[in-house]
Amino acid sequence: MSIASAVHTPGSRPGRPRAFDVEKIRQDFPILHRTIRGKPLVYLDNAATSQKPQVVLETLHHYYTAENANIHRGVHFLSQQSTQAYEEARSKVARFVHAADEREIIFVRGTTEGINLVAHSYGRKHVQAGDEVIISTMEHHSNIVPWQLLCEEQGAILRVVPINDAGEFLLEEYAELLNPRTKFVAVTHVSNALGTINPVRQIIAMAHHWGVPVLIDGAQAVPHLQVDVQALDCDFYAFSGHKLYGPTGIGVLYGKTALLEAMPPYQGGGDMIRSVTFEKTTYNALPYKFEAGTPHIAGGIGLGAALDYVQAIGLDTIRTYEHTLLGYATAAFAVLPGVRIIGTAQEKASVISFVRDGVHPHDIGTILDLEGIAIRTGHHCAQPVMARFGVPATARVSLAFYNTREEIDALVQALHTVQEVFG
Amino acid sequence: MFDLRELYQELILEHCKRPRHFCLLAGANCKVEGYNPLCGDQLTLYLDLDHEWVRDISFQGSGCAISTASASMLTESVQGKTRAEAEALFERFHHLVTGKSPATAEDPALGDLVVFAGVAEFPMRVKCATLAWHALRAALRGEGDMVSTE
Repeated sequence: MSIASAVHTPGSRPGRPRAFDVEKIRQDFPILHRTIRGKPLVYLDNAATSQKPQVVLETLHHYYTAENANIHRGVHFLSQQSTQAYEEARSKVARFVHAADEREIIFVRGTTEGINLVAHSYGRKHVQAGDEVIISTMEHHSNIVPWQLLCEEQGAILRVVPINDAGEFLLEEYAELLNPRTKFVAVTHVSNALGTINPVRQIIAMAHHWGVPVLIDGAQAVPHLQVDVQALDCDFYAFSGHKLYGPTGIGVLYGKTALLEAMPPYQGGGDMIRSVTFEKTTYNALPYKFEAGTPHIAGGIGLGAALDYVQAIGLDTIRTYEHTLLGYATAAFAVLPGVRIIGTAQEKASVISFVRDGVHPHDIGTILDLEGIAIRTGHHCAQPVMARFGVPATARVSLAFYNTREEIDALVQALHTVQEVFG
Repeated sequence: MFDLRELYQELILEHCKRPRHFCLLAGANCKVEGYNPLCGDQLTLYLDLDHEWVRDISFQGSGCAISTASASMLTESVQGKTRAEAEALFERFHHLVTGKSPATAEDPALGDLVVFAGVAEFPMRVKCATLAWHALRAALRGEGDMVSTE
């Protein structure tokens, strides 16, 4: 099985860094062997979506070829088998984020749906006219717009924590914003546009001091960091499967049992009910209360396989490797003429957002594309971040553990080509 | 293999660095804004239009090389043309950058605009190349202040 290459060699002991062979890892990702316009693919757009290891692809294929049936419904063998596989995936997710109980793991389409679920269900019930919701300047649009919609509907006020020139969350200003009218805090764990890792444990503790629950947008964090929702003491944590080497269309919302129990359903339909009459419907227990309709069964099972894969490598090993690669790339960028990195926080995940004098990021993106190098250009669904730094857009390189120094070298070489074309 | 010089032709780079008619237009009687939310490219076209002619035109804004050069060359192409000629040029240019017939890189009506033929190889960049042209068409059709390629 291809996952074998990710497992550390016999003889290595727990607590010591595992042997990490990037070339072996790359063998697990079929797409990394294709060419783009005749050149080897250099995939540096991992914050948009990650590539999928063979084991995830095989799991999806196996599900549809051998196990496909609807879950929680049938007495027949296949239905039991697919139900079991889906619920095992839920247990894997619970262990992955260190949830106290797997009933706290709700499968959703992605981070965006997870946040919308909380804004709708928790928000409408608890946020009233004159109340305040706090977010930060560095949020992705998916952690801005649902709260704007909520505030608009309820007559509440959206408060925004500023960031400094390095792209760091300003805790003192945040402390100033917290007050008795604050009813909710929603902050990203890792910024998609800047790479900043936020001090979420402290952010959560400060909100809890005022009795305010906190949602953490973990979309960019889970591929890079160990997440322990109990240690963080967050009330909600949302993330997507596709940035974590799993399929698209599947994501997770973690919520504390007591909060989820007290929340009204988000969507009505099958599977989320206990009994239905035209007079009265009673809802199902957690987590099914929030999972109306047939879910993305294959996606959930595929995500479970992705988590197994990532954990076999080890998130500490991944972080160490990615951090080294980020340092290598940052050093290479520092000597590129006219290039300015946007987002220079002390604590950073493997993201480099940059601009270059006199060249629009889209032109950089196209020239790199001609070299087979995939990066993201634009506002990264974080227009307030662009406004904060006074740029219309940036070019963004985002690294995964399958990227190499040679790929960074190819990137730097292509950026020299940009220089040649635009002078 | 596609060479990047086929997209970033000298004339395009030159217009990007020194855009023509890049200013406010004193006698403008029409102003249209173009915005590409995907890139953040934004520009404003200023026109002096009468019932038949595009008497004068200018633009301001910020964007990538393709959108800036396209806007610059648009102003040169349609200045002093009739509304009908400008509309027809929109169609030909649109066909050129989307790779649709009958426009070809040999189309004499396009003149220097043929340097944008390479855009057809990059569907993601078509919006950059056509942003100013969509704004122009909106102006010709007397449509609102804002025009978007979305």
